[in-house]
Amino acid sequence: MDARTGAPERAPGHGRWSWIGAGAVAAARGAGLCGLAVAGSVLLLALLLPLLLTGLEIGLLVNGPGHWPVAQAVGERVLPLAGLAVSLLLYPAVLLAVRRLATATRRLAGDWCAVPISDPYLNQPMDGPGGYRARLRWLADPATRRDGQWLAVNTLGGWILAAAPAGLMVYGLLCLLGGSQGHPVVAPPPAFPGNEPPVLILLGAVFIALGLWAGPRLLRGYGLAARWLLGPTGQAELALRVAHLAQTRADTIDTDAAQLRRIERDLHDGAQARLVAMGMTLDAADQMLGDNPAAARALLAEARESSVKALAELRALVRGVHPPVLADRGLAEAVRALALDLPLRVHFASELAGRAPASIESAAYFAASELLANVTKHAHAGQAWVDLRHRDGTLRLGVSDDGCGGADPARGSGLAGIERRLAAFDGVLALSSPPGGPTVVNMEIPCALSSPKTFPPEGRPDPAAGGARHAGHGGRGQRCRPARRGHRRPAGRGDRGRQAAADVHRRRAEGRAGRAA
Amino acid sequence: MLVLSQYVEQIYARELLAGGAGGIGYLLKDRVLDGAQFADAVRRVAGGGTAMDPEVIARLVDRSSADGALATLSPREREVLGLMAEGRSNAAIAQRLFITERAVAKHTASIFLRLGLQPSDDDNRRVLAVLAFLGN
Repeated sequence: MDARTGAPERAPGHGRWSWIGAGAVAAARGAGLCGLAVAGSVLLLALLLPLLLTGLEIGLLVNGPGHWPVAQAVGERVLPLAGLAVSLLLYPAVLLAVRRLATATRRLAGDWCAVPISDPYLNQPMDGPGGYRARLRWLADPATRRDGQWLAVNTLGGWILAAAPAGLMVYGLLCLLGGSQGHPVVAPPPAFPGNEPPVLILLGAVFIALGLWAGPRLLRGYGLAARWLLGPTGQAELALRVAHLAQTRADTIDTDAAQLRRIERDLHDGAQARLVAMGMTLDAADQMLGDNPAAARALLAEARESSVKALAELRALVRGVHPPVLADRGLAEAVRALALDLPLRVHFASELAGRAPASIESAAYFAASELLANVTKHAHAGQAWVDLRHRDGTLRLGVSDDGCGGADPARGSGLAGIERRLAAFDGVLALSSPPGGPTVVNMEIPCALSSPKTFPPEGRPDPAAGGARHAGHGGRGQRCRPARRGHRRPAGRGDRGRQAAADVHRRRAEGRAGRAA
Repeated sequence: MLVLSQYVEQIYARELLAGGAGGIGYLLKDRVLDGAQFADAVRRVAGGGTAMDPEVIARLVDRSSADGALATLSPREREVLGLMAEGRSNAAIAQRLFITERAVAKHTASIFLRLGLQPSDDDNRRVLAVLAFLGN
């Protein structure tokens, strides 16, 4: 679960009275959070029950049951023991419930209180193996103990913060009712001199207004309190970061190794084999030259054919490692070249003021390549939109199509591979692809652009003359937000074989001479 | 100007032809291996025509069925346009497609019409047709 930057929802109508709506919404949400706090109190009790029962048992042992009847002694001895056993048996379930509750609180703090809280757990995941020992191991995680502390704080006073706006308003409403009916439904504060109807109505109005005004503020306060205990500590954040880095480093190394193996295999099966065959054919032609010139000629033609095929294979291989156009012209032009080669209409728009680091360019290029390949292969789309821009220190690439949708990263498409590759740069991928389409994929990689040194090259005609650089998207694809949240799943496991178009961040400075200048 | 390159890319082809003047060729280096065809390409470029690599053209033909004004062309016309874009003469196109030169002329006239190219010097129109092909 990732942290969401949920902005406080505005009530309909932004006018002078919008605070009333916002207050009412906040009060309702506070009441909901209060309900959650009550559930948390029950869980806290369950969490502490083994301790309480053990304490009781020890107390009984120390005091001794000496002068009590036997039956009573049995009851007092056996019942706590049985309770202790049951509570211990249920302990993993209680721990799971606590974690669920804390997770729900975190999500609601982001959605309702505008205080996004990220997950602090080191030994994730909730849907992992759920054995007794695995659950008890959760106790070793400081975050679990902090969850318990949160339950305690919430039970002792947190719920008051959450319930206060709704409480104020209910009390104000009761005052109003009492005032309008001429007799108090409940007594106003004791120090108050008279319970006269006008005073009660005024008091009620003040209370309701106070509740409405304080609602969003108290809710935010509640969210901050929740973050204080439910958010990761600095140490936990570091630990999570280290775990993430270790994971992505391992993935990157695996990916690179797989890529090298693939290149080696391609060279071995392709160009190398063809060169050997060519040598043999030439040798045979050499021997036949004297007595069978016609056959020799045929063999020579064959050798030439072989050389053409070997060249084509080498070209394809180089394209898959680091396309020349990417090295020459940078990401935007390379992606445009990619789009030009597709058998469907692609609307391309880009806004890049410089060049991203080579490794990021490469990752983004191959991600775009994979996404566009998916559009061609699976989407049955008539048109696609590609939008590439750099803003606020983030490189964003959006690819959308009007195809049939239904793309699912869990079903082994290349999306998981893209996510893994992006993770190495702290990049994320967000996908929205409802059945029936359209599919919208957005990816973001934090990076800085270098100043455009050799870009565009001198003497290059205005790219706008190509006619493909227009941003008219018909309102789609340009800045569309993903409907679903970006899934920031921990990477790993399987699917290495699909890295056919994976990137190896290696600048091939040499071997590029003689390309089109 | 005839550019020989280890790689061919559509965006490079567009940029080369952007002037619309003709006398431009863009081929893979491998094409040198076929001496006769290569000499032919050199002669065409020297004569003010164009010579586009078949690899560029193949991708354009794939794409043109989905796209813009070219989508209105019949498959046969698209084939003719592709060969024309490579820089072949009507006679060569006729030979390649096993049709008469007169049929080729009919197809090219129809292509010029659909792409909205005004009647002018035939060579120039051919270059413009290739440009329309590349620039769609």
